[in-house]
Amino acid sequence: MKRLLILAAALCASTSAAAQTVAITGGTVALGDGSDPIEGGTVVIRNGRIAAAGRGVAVPAGAQVVDATGKWVTPGIFAGFSRVGLAEVDAVGNANDVQAENSPFSAAIDVAPAVNPRAAAISISRANGVTRALVAPATGKSIFAGQGAIIDLGADMQPITQARAFQFVEFGETGSNEAGGSRAATFVLFRNALREARDLGRFSQGISGGGGQREPRANDQRDLPLEEVPGPGPNQQLLGGNVNRGQDVLLTRFDAAALVPVLTGRQLLLVHVERASDILQVLGLKREFPNLRMVLVGATEGWTVADQIRAAGVPVIANALVNLPASFEQLAATQSNFGRMRAAGINVAMGTINEDETRMVQVTRQNAGNLVALTRVPGASGLSWGEALAAITSRPAEVMGLGGEIGSLRPGRRADVVVWSGDPLETTSTAQVVIIDGVQQPLDTRQTKLRDRYRDLSEPNLPPAYDPR
Amino acid sequence: MNKTALAALGAATLLSACSTPSSQSEDRAARASDRTPPPRAAAAIPFPSTYRRYPGVVTAITGATVYDGEGGRIENGTVVLADGKVQAVGGPETAIPDGATRIDGAGRWVTPGVIDIHSHLGDYPSPSVEAHQDGNEVTGPVRSEVWAEHSIWPQDPGFARALANGGVTSLHVLPGSANLFGGRGVTLKNVYARTMQGMKFPGAPHSLKMACGENPKRVYGGRNQMPASRMANVALMRQTWIRAQEYDRKWDKYDRDGGEQPGRDLQLETLRGVLDGQITVQNHCYRADEMANIIDMSKEFGYKVSAFHHGAEAYKIADLLRENGICGALWADWWGFKMEAYDGINENIPLVHNAGACAIVHSDDPNGIQRLNQEASKALTYGRRAGINISDEVAWTWLSFNPAKALGISDRTGSLRPGKMADVVLWNGNPLSVYTRPERVWIDGALMYDANDPRRRPVSDFELGQPGEGDVK
Repeated sequence: MKRLLILAAALCASTSAAAQTVAITGGTVALGDGSDPIEGGTVVIRNGRIAAAGRGVAVPAGAQVVDATGKWVTPGIFAGFSRVGLAEVDAVGNANDVQAENSPFSAAIDVAPAVNPRAAAISISRANGVTRALVAPATGKSIFAGQGAIIDLGADMQPITQARAFQFVEFGETGSNEAGGSRAATFVLFRNALREARDLGRFSQGISGGGGQREPRANDQRDLPLEEVPGPGPNQQLLGGNVNRGQDVLLTRFDAAALVPVLTGRQLLLVHVERASDILQVLGLKREFPNLRMVLVGATEGWTVADQIRAAGVPVIANALVNLPASFEQLAATQSNFGRMRAAGINVAMGTINEDETRMVQVTRQNAGNLVALTRVPGASGLSWGEALAAITSRPAEVMGLGGEIGSLRPGRRADVVVWSGDPLETTSTAQVVIIDGVQQPLDTRQTKLRDRYRDLSEPNLPPAYDPR
Repeated sequence: MNKTALAALGAATLLSACSTPSSQSEDRAARASDRTPPPRAAAAIPFPSTYRRYPGVVTAITGATVYDGEGGRIENGTVVLADGKVQAVGGPETAIPDGATRIDGAGRWVTPGVIDIHSHLGDYPSPSVEAHQDGNEVTGPVRSEVWAEHSIWPQDPGFARALANGGVTSLHVLPGSANLFGGRGVTLKNVYARTMQGMKFPGAPHSLKMACGENPKRVYGGRNQMPASRMANVALMRQTWIRAQEYDRKWDKYDRDGGEQPGRDLQLETLRGVLDGQITVQNHCYRADEMANIIDMSKEFGYKVSAFHHGAEAYKIADLLRENGICGALWADWWGFKMEAYDGINENIPLVHNAGACAIVHSDDPNGIQRLNQEASKALTYGRRAGINISDEVAWTWLSFNPAKALGISDRTGSLRPGKMADVVLWNGNPLSVYTRPERVWIDGALMYDANDPRRRPVSDFELGQPGEGDVK
């Protein structure tokens, strides 16, 4: 729960903005669940959650009313794959925590402590309507990058929505490089790692996954507040010296322990893979490790094997607009990939995978708009407007098992709400009100301050450094 | 040794021809105007263009919203293309030649083709494998002797994407920014050909790519070589310009007085072309203070910077850009990827424009080049939010006329003026909307892309026989 309250004029009557009942009225409301926008809709926020949204929703007595006539109201944008908050300036090594090339650890790395809620990219993304993000580490010298988090982009010092939400692993060309030079080496490295996790897990009751029965999904407790979901963190028992691993191991004890929740299906495994044949090989891993809960990340050639992905029941986080054969694993790249996978019945969420994802997640909505544009290009596959918005709001939440908590304006969801000057998928619209967990957010940034300082270049009295701020 | 000397002599003979003020190709003589450098060097520039326009039909687009690229707008407009040229632009009363192919432009927009002044298509092509890294000659900070055109792979699949999704009809391919003097850039027509020469924009001046700031000092400082600092960047650039001036004087004297021909130096030849106004300067530079230093250096040596590229802080010195007639070739919203880009803001382009300077939307990216219209739209939107009201049709100057001007080709393309090259895009809606894509693209009056005709969708050699060959991309 947000403790730092940023009060804006519309909301300042209350002692606690999060507890305040707010009604946003008169706007075009899009729920983010794939449905079409509703003109003249109302969104009611109570105690930091969505109480109601749609047409004909009554404004509760005593509610603060935000007039959104002529504007659009949507859930906040969920950046489906990003590294926002991990770097202040990408090329400044000390200000960049995306990867740890010289760390002795890999799978055990947890990005949560590295997320800086005061990073400029957080405020800039927030001012552009991004309210949540999946934050992934990048690989250093293993195919395992470590564990990523779901964060909010609120102006406070508690950015973590869910720590250790997933393990991130590289297959394909990047994985091959990390594994020593071939795809074959990637697969043997992966299988060895999971077997080391299984062997370590044998010392702890109830850990299996390398064959046998499927385990219940331990973090399916979606009704609990996220902070109270038992995280798939390292099992302290496994980290103790009393568990003898023998000499024939490649992983550190900490890394092997971190993979136990992956093996048992308690933690999602996000797999970056692009080439069609690699996708099929990765899907095949479920035969050996049936409890794996995988999400494909990238999947540029996914459309060519869409039926197999759907049959495996594996969701995908894909870039919207990759259409160049930038590598030999992306030869079939087309902007229609997303739409074709969606049409095949795959649950697809939009990410910014290796696309300036530390600081440019604001373009996610433009990317979604481009997929709508494809519906008017002969031969191309795009998304309906409602599906395009869902791809950057509810779908990422659903892929991460958080659809009951965030990503839409359906009742009970956390109140991440944005009021836009117009259609949010348009390049001609801007975010005007941003609410996270029911708290209205500041929209000023370093950038708006620089803009205001240099708006007028005349220096009649003092240099710009003395400009009022 | 003898052979080398002989070859040099042969080449020098060529150069002497190209340095003779009276030598003018017909092309250049006919097209020269005060916007382009004098045609002195044109005739004998090696690796000449072999581009020829493809056949087109007399075409009349009617009922469209027309942005002429110079800030004008016509509702219910008619555009007539014939013989590779724009023949007429006007309202519904515009005469349509007998037999013209008529295209109903109702609900559609017609604009001049997009021109990207900063591309590496061809010299950093797809696939982006090590063997294709041909954009930076990272062997010395002064490499003005290299020409980007000699790195260009005309089969880069990126050209087709820029055409079909971006409506890009011309582009300027530059060397990278590792070096202070990166080499010559070349302007291409966005038409696939078997050779680079087949894509080369006829008669377009070369550019010299220069770079200030982090990149050169990082690359060479990392090797314990000069430049390792910004002050050394400037020192080495000035020392090089001093050498160029000496070279220029020697050749000027030879051109004037005859006598023994001076030795030819490819590196200094490029710089001499700049000093003589034959070659434009496209200068990679992010920070305001560094752009000011470059401007002063250009005055010291008597040349002109055509455009600062990237210019994350251009908005801080927009007045300097205006006063010195320098364009800012900029991104809409990139920032923060390195220290000198940290102060980039979304209002950069509209602030530069609003100060009366020349603003250009550029890509430097094989993906960005496919959406320059959307980049302009974002910049326009952020500007309007800040109270800077620029019309859509004026914003289109950032995409066509201004880059053409900065490249020295605005007398031939970049706007819909009768007599100019028929480089034209018919958009399936408002081109400043995210929902709009090119429907047809003409280059020199030839229909090179048609969304409704898969046969008018180019497929590079590289994509033949690959998964997704011929797909919409």
